Amino acid sequence: MQGMSPIVKNMTRLVAGFIVLFGIYIVLYGHVTPGGGFAGGVILAGGLALVVLAFGEEFARKVLTHEAAQTADSLGAILFLVIALGGYMVGDFFTNFLEDGGTVGELVSAGIIAPCNIAIGIKVGAGLFGVFLALAAFRRVAPGPGGRTGMLQG
Amino acid sequence: MDPVLLLLLVLLGFMLVGSLIAVETRDLLSSVICVGAVGFGTSLVFLLLGAPDLALTQVVVEILILVVLVRVIITRRDETTMTSRATLPVGLVLLALGIMAAVVFGTLAKTDEGGLRMRPFGDPLLNERTEAAVMAPAGEKAPEGAPAEMPKSTGGAFLAHGLAAEQSSRGTGAANYVMGILLDYRAYDTLGEATVIFVAVIGAYAILRKVGRRRHAGNVADR
Amino acid sequence: MTLGMVPFMFAFLLLVIGLYAIVAKRNLIKVIVGLLIMDYAANLFLVLVGYRTPAEGAPVAPILTSGAAGAADLAARAVDPLPQALVLTSIVIGLSVTALVVALAIRLYEKYGTFDTERMRNLKG
Repeated sequence: MQGMSPIVKNMTRLVAGFIVLFGIYIVLYGHVTPGGGFAGGVILAGGLALVVLAFGEEFARKVLTHEAAQTADSLGAILFLVIALGGYMVGDFFTNFLEDGGTVGELVSAGIIAPCNIAIGIKVGAGLFGVFLALAAFRRVAPGPGGRTGMLQG
Repeated sequence: MDPVLLLLLVLLGFMLVGSLIAVETRDLLSSVICVGAVGFGTSLVFLLLGAPDLALTQVVVEILILVVLVRVIITRRDETTMTSRATLPVGLVLLALGIMAAVVFGTLAKTDEGGLRMRPFGDPLLNERTEAAVMAPAGEKAPEGAPAEMPKSTGGAFLAHGLAAEQSSRGTGAANYVMGILLDYRAYDTLGEATVIFVAVIGAYAILRKVGRRRHAGNVADR
Repeated sequence: MTLGMVPFMFAFLLLVIGLYAIVAKRNLIKVIVGLLIMDYAANLFLVLVGYRTPAEGAPVAPILTSGAAGAADLAARAVDPLPQALVLTSIVIGLSVTALVVALAIRLYEKYGTFDTERMRNLKG
């Protein structure tokens, strides 16, 4: 898959940073304003997909690789489980152990909800970006050696 | 009539027309674009019904689905002359679906005994109130400090008492009540959902992998 | 028949249209379109059930915008937050399942050269 025309490439250079920043904002403020981990993760995946679509398959093979997407996906899942197991320090599985701090409506409030949102945002974003790469970005003509994850056409 | 209900019916009618076109048209690209229209219509309905998280999520999910589907379709040409299955009589399918729809509409329309007893639109279960003992988990008594009367649905109980830490229900401290339910009260369900997404993504990788597949004359792409 | 049941009927009609596309269409992409329509219809129905028109004031989303003091006002006017929590996870799961089904369609196209299930049935082997 080739990249697109220079107009699209320049616009993407200007806009992609803002899209990723918006996604991070939605994830981080998920417990105060509408949004949360899932919406923010999908926005992040969309921003990265825009970059890959504009700059072509070579960019996906060198910078935003498929291996990096899979690693980030697994790291997000492990982070979520670590937060869940951290509840054992106080009571049972998944108790809110950071509870008494901050007032309602601020960024620092609501216990473990903010770290959980971050973990889910990383996980959903990286997972959906990896699926987008596998479905729509890699050329599938003839089988051959496929890179470390087996997705690339040789 | 309630303006929200009127606008809702207009949007739902638009979505119905869009879905009919998506199902019946012969051109695949038009069909996918009409599904995109149905998805954006759903997002508008979510916004109208007071669910901004859902509207946001639905819009970005719709965009991703559209991009992937259009990329999959646009490079793979396929000419089909007929559109319905040859071995399945379409008239029979339509008759069966029509009977099912008629039965469901009939039971929905009866709001007294014998019907589904569904509450009408705009008047959900959380408008009724009941004693706190009814809302306690099965086999337990209501804890001390619980208010005497609580709304009958779990969501209503969370709205009324979910933020306060003094009463029996443990407050979450989240200003966004939906996130408070998802990540504090029902965090285990969110873990299950993360697992489902993980499994679906790994399934897609496993199907599309190239390692281990040999050249095979049966694959059209290998000729 | 009250007007209050009509939105639920519309959502159910959308579900039936999606089911018809899955059962009676021979092109794989049409089957995926039907799956998507059924997904949207189910989520729509859940959110329709949770809507509340309050006794006074306008309906509002269940998000606290004015500090802890606004909780009582929110309890009287907000829509039900529980169906929204369920549907939020359902939307993203729908995306993942659609991605899986599209991966299947890509593989089938590679093997048979067509999206048409009748021709696949004749080409099988």
